Amino acid sequence: MTTHSAKNLRSPLSEARGLGSSKYGTEHWWHQRLTAIALVPLTIWFVIAVISHLGADHAQFTAWLKGSPLSAILLILTAGVTFHHAQGGMQVVIEDYVHVEWQKLAGIIAVKFLCYALAAACIFAVLKISFGA
Amino acid sequence: MANGSSRPLSPHLQVYRFQWTMALSITHRITGVGLVLGTLLLTWWLVAAAAGPEAFAKAQKFIGSGMGLLLLFGWTWALFYHLGNGIRHLVWDAGYALDLKNAELGAYIVAGASLGLTILAWIVGLAVW
Repeated sequence: MTTHSAKNLRSPLSEARGLGSSKYGTEHWWHQRLTAIALVPLTIWFVIAVISHLGADHAQFTAWLKGSPLSAILLILTAGVTFHHAQGGMQVVIEDYVHVEWQKLAGIIAVKFLCYALAAACIFAVLKISFGA
Repeated sequence: MANGSSRPLSPHLQVYRFQWTMALSITHRITGVGLVLGTLLLTWWLVAAAAGPEAFAKAQKFIGSGMGLLLLFGWTWALFYHLGNGIRHLVWDAGYALDLKNAELGAYIVAGASLGLTILAWIVGLAVW
């Protein structure tokens, strides 16, 4: 159906690859959707969990995560999926508004590193509490 | 075309007539970026809990302060808005409600639900605090 012409900006190779101008095809889009679907129940659980532990002191808070492995797992999932969703979303925002190539790249790298570092910190914190250190 | 190719360029923002759907669209982005900032507080909260009673008390004190409550209120609304509008996006992705009438109806539902759920969460939250 697609023939190579002056109007068509894709090379025959890029058409064969079928990954579009972003070079990643639908991968980014799919990851944002997948994480969004997961975050619907996780977010609702998270809000209820936070409300249930408002004003809790340290002993009460840590007792919650030690006593409920399910809560610890859900909290780890919430943090992990949230930060995966966050880095993907921030990437698009930076791509849309930052037009100097090196600044765009630096911004994306910084945001992705920060998101995964924060995710690791959150997950480690939950594990540390849960395993009762 | 000024972009040096035959690709069409999007016209400048000023030529569009204001519509509520576009306000919701940019608000989705703004709340998304705002929520990323909010994850800093979430990380502080969890890491403080893992660090010990003193660090956790400090984090809880900040959250309970005027500034903390104001931020938390904003993040509550941003979270419900992004959640609601995110579901609206998923409905579109499934191929439904793409016409103007339903796009606008969805906009009203998301705006109303985000405010309603925020108020509900805070009523419950302050009651159990």
